[in-house]
Order: sequence, then structure tokens, then C-alpha cells
Amino acid sequence: MSGYTPHTEGDIAAMLAAIGASSIDDLFAQVPAGLRPRATIDLPPGLTEPELRARFEALAARNAGGTGPAVFLGAGAYPHWVPTAVDQVLLRSEFLTAYTPYQPEVSQGTLQATFEFQTFAALLLGLEVANASMYDGASAAAEAVLMARRMLPDRHTVWLSRALHPHYRAVIRTYVRGLGDVVVREVPFAADGRTDLGALEGDLGPDALAVVLGQPNVFGVLEDVAAVAARTGAAGALIITATAEPLALAMVRPPGACGADIAVAEGQSFGLPVSYGGPGVGLFAARERDVRSMPGRIVGETVDAHGRRGFVLTLATREQHIRRERATSNICTNQGLCALAVTAYLSLLGRQGLRALATTNYRAAHAVATRLEAAGVARRFDGPFFNEFVVQAPIARWEALVRDGVVAGFPLARWYPELDDALVVCVTEMHGAADIDRLVRGLAAPAARAASG
Amino acid sequence: MDFPEDLHYTQEHEWLRVEGNDGVVGITDFAQDALGDVVFVELPPVGATFAPGQAFGVVESNKTVSDLFAPVAGRVTAVNHVLRDEPELVNSDPYGAGWMIRLALTDREQVNRLLYADAYRTFVAQQRT
Amino acid sequence: MLLDEPLIFERGATGRIGWAVAEPPGGGQDGPALPPDLRRDDDLAGLPEVSELEVVRHFVRLSQWNYSAATTLYPLGSCTMKYNPVVNEALARLPGFATLHPLVPDRLAQGALELIAGLEAALAALSGLDAVCLQPAAGAQGELLGMLLVRAHHVARGDPRRRVLIPSSAHGTNPASAALCGYQVAEVAVDARGLLPAAAVAAAMDESVAALMVTNPNTLGLFEEEIEAAAAAVHARGGLVYMDGANFNALMGVARPGDMGVDVMQFNLHKTFSTPHGGGGPGAGPVAVRAPLAPYLPVPRLVRSDAGLAWSDDAPQSVGRMRSFYGNFGVLVRAFAYIARLGAVGLADVTRLAVLNANYVRARLQGAYHLPYDTPSLHECVFSDRHLQDSGVSTLDVAKRLLDYGFYAPTIYFPLVVKGALMIEPTETETKETLDAFVNALLAIADEARTDPALLRNAPHRARLARLDETRAARRPILRWQPR
Repeated sequence: MSGYTPHTEGDIAAMLAAIGASSIDDLFAQVPAGLRPRATIDLPPGLTEPELRARFEALAARNAGGTGPAVFLGAGAYPHWVPTAVDQVLLRSEFLTAYTPYQPEVSQGTLQATFEFQTFAALLLGLEVANASMYDGASAAAEAVLMARRMLPDRHTVWLSRALHPHYRAVIRTYVRGLGDVVVREVPFAADGRTDLGALEGDLGPDALAVVLGQPNVFGVLEDVAAVAARTGAAGALIITATAEPLALAMVRPPGACGADIAVAEGQSFGLPVSYGGPGVGLFAARERDVRSMPGRIVGETVDAHGRRGFVLTLATREQHIRRERATSNICTNQGLCALAVTAYLSLLGRQGLRALATTNYRAAHAVATRLEAAGVARRFDGPFFNEFVVQAPIARWEALVRDGVVAGFPLARWYPELDDALVVCVTEMHGAADIDRLVRGLAAPAARAASG
Repeated sequence: MDFPEDLHYTQEHEWLRVEGNDGVVGITDFAQDALGDVVFVELPPVGATFAPGQAFGVVESNKTVSDLFAPVAGRVTAVNHVLRDEPELVNSDPYGAGWMIRLALTDREQVNRLLYADAYRTFVAQQRT
Repeated sequence: MLLDEPLIFERGATGRIGWAVAEPPGGGQDGPALPPDLRRDDDLAGLPEVSELEVVRHFVRLSQWNYSAATTLYPLGSCTMKYNPVVNEALARLPGFATLHPLVPDRLAQGALELIAGLEAALAALSGLDAVCLQPAAGAQGELLGMLLVRAHHVARGDPRRRVLIPSSAHGTNPASAALCGYQVAEVAVDARGLLPAAAVAAAMDESVAALMVTNPNTLGLFEEEIEAAAAAVHARGGLVYMDGANFNALMGVARPGDMGVDVMQFNLHKTFSTPHGGGGPGAGPVAVRAPLAPYLPVPRLVRSDAGLAWSDDAPQSVGRMRSFYGNFGVLVRAFAYIARLGAVGLADVTRLAVLNANYVRARLQGAYHLPYDTPSLHECVFSDRHLQDSGVSTLDVAKRLLDYGFYAPTIYFPLVVKGALMIEPTETETKETLDAFVNALLAIADEARTDPALLRNAPHRARLARLDETRAARRPILRWQPR
């Protein structure tokens, strides 16, 4: 018997007697006899808790997390400090071990927190309404394209900025695969690292459904969303923005204010560890008039039988459990606890803290970029950026630095063959002065390194 | 339950009121009662044309979604926009303020294929057993 | 704990700082300022300005308004609300996992990759299938992936096919997922036993059908006795069999989908493998397939070489990606910890005792509540409100009244094949005493329905709020707080 099941021999005997069965095996009589012998579980015996802990600590020790190498990686997952209070909220069993709030009278905690999450998402993205979360930023972007298709059913061509994170582009392509009638095309990026407006303008035809771009994009460069929106809108298509580093939106004009019709973001930066890429949480915001085309759960305010304010899941007729094959999305379970982390994090940092943290990130990254430039390591793109930028440096130097315990950004050639010897480097409040010194020294051109001693 | 004598009915629980060459369409008292509180009505744009039995819109209550079917062929000449803000009119006044669309009838003959109040009342009684 | 708690946006005072941010390292010169047309100009108006204590107090109070599996029996059918071992929370928070960036070179993530490989192998062993992908973020995303694989398989043979067969007892995500893959849904009715007849599948099967999507045990908690024959009928016409593994808690050590004729399935790690449901996620929905479908699995794929484990994008037939990076890794850590802790014997016990608990509840409630299908159940049982109708009481009223007794409600009005369904899944981690208390509550409620139906119709009486006006919420949606 495992430690997690409470049955005594006496319990089992009494329960079988009540059922009228002579053994637990009898309860499986309905399973065809031929299947049962082959189902023997081929797994090792169970571990005690100390053994389990030792085994997992050994696995964790073989990773570069914790006090391992200095890692200047962003590119879709961003290292930020997670305040202890945030994780403490997540560990509240009443949040942790509840499920989708089907019984609102005894789920007001989850429901109110989700209503607050929707408010934060709408405020940050600069749009009117937001849903209760999607799986992550990339699948949120894909759901945004599906929503656009519901809104403009006669248009079929989706334009993806090539400077949109390649994972986001890949997920969009996967999600539209099954529909069979959506054409995906890509817009090149220009020398400043931004989506090439000129290319876009020439190509948007009457079949254009939507344009999707990153803000900031995968190069860390801030797009001119308003300019893209003007051209997209003139062609009658929708503009969708996807933000992988939402901390940028604390200082950058939000997509909604620039004319975006749908704005999505990855919320991991707000209170969640990078955790080898998941779980994160997708933020999804749109205009109020389009809310009935929106995917996912939505919480709304109402009153109880005594007139007291309360919250419920609402507009459920869009969803799979009612509309089945005609639902706006097949999503059911989303990322509830991660949305709670975002809500607690943004509450804690608040207006002052978020602004200060964004400023710190911006200054830290620009300071490093300036030092690298002085050390002969030029930026590849000259567009404005937030806490991430692309530099030109030989891959051999990057490899040597990894051996020395510094991961000096992500080599973009894996995603963009034309960008060989280009690294996208992320600097946040988590990077200390000593590690930054090692980064700059290690990436510096030999002449500059010699000169700086 | 009320089934006015001057209306024509379908087995999908829509009603049609003939006014000159036009037909006004809504859902019956039985339908609104079965749906429960109506929370949203999705209606077509003016100018859209429908064949008999073709879905012209959707009515949503808290827990269900139902298609709305055109009783006869026609072109939409007016839509009850008030329902966008006051969907409850479908519950409170299904044959009046809760009307949904006005159709310019393509073929008046089709009206004869619809049910009279008596026949619809009988049909509904069978549905309930 | 019924104290009021305003929205976080209604708390605080202008200028209050909840979180002091350090200066950037090395002083951090300003650098070039953002161009004015890129700058946010609302000064983040509307965001809260509250202290750390206010935040902690806010969320602790909110938490106290929730029922949860840690505080009470949460017999939500189909959701497997078992105990979530607390040690798994600690393990997922080990810095080597939690702070590991997903783009570090593979050789700096060998522990994480070993864990992923171990979980893939464990799920393959349990399913009797050949290859596993851990990328999907939840069961429904696993379904979507599974159906995309089905489609890719048929496309490679020249025709994606048009239809998918789905039993009338299926969860709503099944038809929604099939539709997302461009398929028309053809419903197959369950028979008087609540089961999917193989003959009906065979009759509905032709060369336009891409797959049968079946949940086993089904949403009534019944093992699909004719699954092997149904699968054979599907395979005979070139179709594939997709199994929704939401109810896998009833199968460990009992039957492997691979042996039943299943070609592709998803697991719900937050159900069977005990990762916390989190108020609605994060979950994880790994997909297992037979070898011929493996080439279509998402990228990147984990490959082993002399140098260790590594991610590979080299899969030209892949359907692509379902999400960024590799999946909900933190959820995978917890699930693998659960499997490692229990081992082969422990997992088999889980299934045996889950089925024992469900049958015990069923035996004790039978009679007082109407059992629409008396086929033997596995891990959950489905009743209806038919016996209560004379008193004018519905399933909804029973559910609300249960809250007053300190229990969360079962799944209600699902599956759709049962009118007024009450779907109870107690799981293996509940004691006999708790089950007795729960059953006694439901028996008392059945009595109350006869003696005092108004008591049920106005329930709950002891929750923080009375019944909420869902019509008002849907007619005049208020979906966020608005700055004054």
C-alpha cells in the first residue's frame, strides 16, 4: 500500500461487504480478461520520501539552474526575482488544490482573483477586456489568429512578422493546420530589427486576415505598432501583437493604445520562475465588442440572491462544454494558478514597483550594450530595445564563455540561419555586476580586451 | 402557454407573422420557456437571404445555445437591435418586443406549409411527454 | 471566515510602495531614452499601490472563500481530485529545476532531460504505446495534438478524411478538438448499458472516417467492453483510434490502451498523476502514440546519444509545435515524483482503491438516488435526480445543498446522456469515514428534498455567498474593474 492511500484491511473488507463483492478484483469483471494480464506495470518499485528527495536533488544538480553559470538568456523566458510573498500565495492549499470554479458560492477566492487578473491583463495590454488565461504566450497568439478568423470569416491570409518569436510562429502554423484554409505568410525584418513596413504595405491584399508581430520582438527590438496598425487597418485586416517580455509594457505604449485589435502576452515574467520553459501563462485581451468571439474562460461580476457582489464564470456559451464542436476554442483547463501568480505579483509591485523595475531593466540592459559597444561588440540592429538586444560576436567566443560558466545569450543562427555570429542577450535585475563584467570581458574583441587589461 | 391564432409556427419553435409581403420572425413562448433566461441573441445583417430551414442566428441562454431557423425563404429587411441590450425581451414578450427579424418573403406560398396554432399546440404537447 | 475583501484595485493609497526595487548594477547610466512615440503615457494609472501586508492579507482572505481538495472532499467527476502530495511542491521548487532557463545548452540541462526521458518512458509503459510527447499544456491541448497526428497520418496517405466518430457520452473538448482539426463530428449513441456498441461503430465506419475518439473508461465510469472490436472495425476501414485518457486513474495495472487497439491518447497529469489543479491549471496533457505516428510528433524531440540527451528539431514530418519550449516542465516534475514515489505496486493500488471507493459510494447511494445505468462502474459513478423530481428538486439544488454539508459538489449535468446527472469521483485518497460522511450527507439531502424542498432550492445557506445571478452576469457583462 502506498502512503497516499488510507485503506486498512478492515476498511477494505467492510467496503467490499457493502458492495457485495468478494474481492477488489471482482470490481474489474467488466474489463475483458485478455487485457488484464498484459497490463502489469513495468516500472521500478516506489521510493521513500528521503530517497525521492535525494534522487530529485541529484537530477536538479545536473542542471544550470540555481547558483550555476551566469545566464544572459531571455528569448521567450525571462529571469526575474519572484517575491517570496507571491510563492507563499501559490502554496495556499485553498488556491493550489481547488479546480475550475464550477460552484461559485464556494469558489469566490479563485473567481475574484481571476477577475483581478483579467483587469491587470486589460490594463497592461491597453485593451478593454481579457480572459482568464491561456496556456502560454505562443498558444495565446495562435488562439488570437483563430479568433481573427471567426471575426473575418471571408479572409484567409495571416501575415507573421519574421521577427516574431519562432516558437510563436510555429504554434500558429500548427494551430491553423487542421483548418486547411488559412494561408500563412511571413513579413521580413528590416536592418533596424523591426518588421519591414515597406514589405508589408506592398503585400497586404483583400484576403489579409491579420498581421501578427512581437512587441518587443524576438530581437528585443520595439516595433512601431501604431504604424503597422495603420497599414493593417487600411487593408481591413486585424493586428495582433504578442509580447514575450510583458515587463516592457510598464514603460512602452501598450498595444491596444497603438491600435492592436487583439493583444496577447506570456505572463511568466510576472512572478513565475523560468522553470525550463513552463508553466507560464498566456494573457489575452481584446475589444469589448469582440468578446463573444474570444476563446477561454471569462469571469464576470454579478450579485448573489441577497444583492452582494460576487463573481461567476460567464459567457460560457462560447465554450466547448456547451457549444461542443462549434466552440470558440477547445480550451478547458487553463493556467489558473499561474494567473494567480501574475495577479499577486502585479499587486505587490503595483504602479510604483513595476515602473521602477522596468526602468532598472531598461538601464541595466542599455548599460551593458554600451559597454559591449565600447569593447568592440556592435549591436546588430539599431532599433530601440528594452532589456534584450542582439550583438555581433563570433560563436567561438560564445562557446569559450559557456566553458567558463557564462551563457552569453542565445545564438540566433539556430532560428535564423542568416544571422550567424549573432547573440540575443538579455539583462535583467537578476544579473550582478561581477557576472556582467565576465560577460563583457568574454565577448570583447581581443584588441579591446587587451586594451582594457 | 400562449400560441396566438394569427401566427404561423414551425416544428423548430419559430413563429412567423405575415404583414403584407413581409414576415416577422421570433421564437415561441414554449421555446423561450424551455431555454430559460435568454442572455444573448445573434442576428444576421440586413440584406442577408435565407432558404427555408436555414439557420439565420443563434439564441443563447445560460446553459444552452440554439440555432434559429428561417421558417420560409426571404431577405432580411430589419433586425431587432434592441435585443442586443435587452435579450430578456425574448422571455418577457416573445411575440411582441422579442421579435427577431423581418423578412421580405420570397414566396408567399411557403407560408402555407407552416403550422397553425392548433397544430403547433398539439405538436408541443407531444414534445412534452 | 466571511470577512469582506475589496478588489485589490480598491485598496491602498496613492504613492504607497509594496515592493522596493534595487538600483541597477553598476549605477546604470540612463542610455538613450525611449522615443516619445513608444512611451507609455498613462503612468500605469489604475494599478494598485498597496503594501506587502495588504497583498498577503488580500490573497489569504480570498483563499479562505474557496473549497479545495486539501480542505474538503472534492468529488468532481472526471476531474480526479486526489491528494496532491506536498513533497512534490518542494521538489518542483528545487533551484536546479525552477531557475533553469529553457535555452541553456543541452549539456547544462542533463538532469531535466533525464527527468523528461524518464517520464516519457513511464507513460509509454503504462499506456502500452511506443512514443510519448510531453509538450501539451493540458488535456484538451493533448486532444488537439492527438487529432492533428491523426490528420497528419491520413494526409501522408493522400486524404485527410472528413469525419470523426464520437460517442454521445463524450466530454465537450472531444468534438471541439476534432472540429479544430477540420473534422465533422458524427455522434454515435451509447446503448442501454451506457456503452459504445462495436456494431454501431462498424455501421458508422467508412473511408471518410479519420478516427474514433473514445474515452475509456467512459464518462459514465464504465469500461468500454467492446473497445477491442470497435477498434478492429475502425482499423479495418483505415481509421485510427484516439483515446481520451482523462479517466486513466481507473486503468493502471488493469488494462493498457495499446492492448485495446488504441493508436493515440492523451494523459491528464493533473488528474491521474496528482499534480495540483490550481483553480483551473496548470495541467499537462502528454500524448502517447504507436510507432507509425511518432514521426508526426511535435518538435523538438528528445534524442539520446553518447554525449547524453539532446533536443532535436530534425523531424520533417512533424506537425510542428503546440506551445513554446518543452511543456509545463514544473508540472512534469511533480508527476514524475508521484510515479517514482509510488512505483509499480503503488500505482496499481491507486487504481484498485479508486475503483473500490467509487463502488462503495455507488452501493450506498443506490436506491436513494436513481442510477440510470447499472453496468458495473470503475472509478466514478453517475446518478440522476429522477427520484427527486416529485419534490420539485433538481440536481443543481442537491449540489448547492452539499456545499452546506462541507463538501464540494460532484460534476453536474454531465455527461449529457444522463438528464440531471450527478457524477461522483471520490478518488483513492479518501478514507472510508469521509466517504461515509459524504454518503450520509447525500442521504440526508434526499430526505430533505421530500420534507423541506425549499431548503434545497435556496441552498447554499452556509457559504460566503448565496446563489449568484448568472443571467445578470451574462446579459450585462462586467469583465473587469474600471478606474474611476
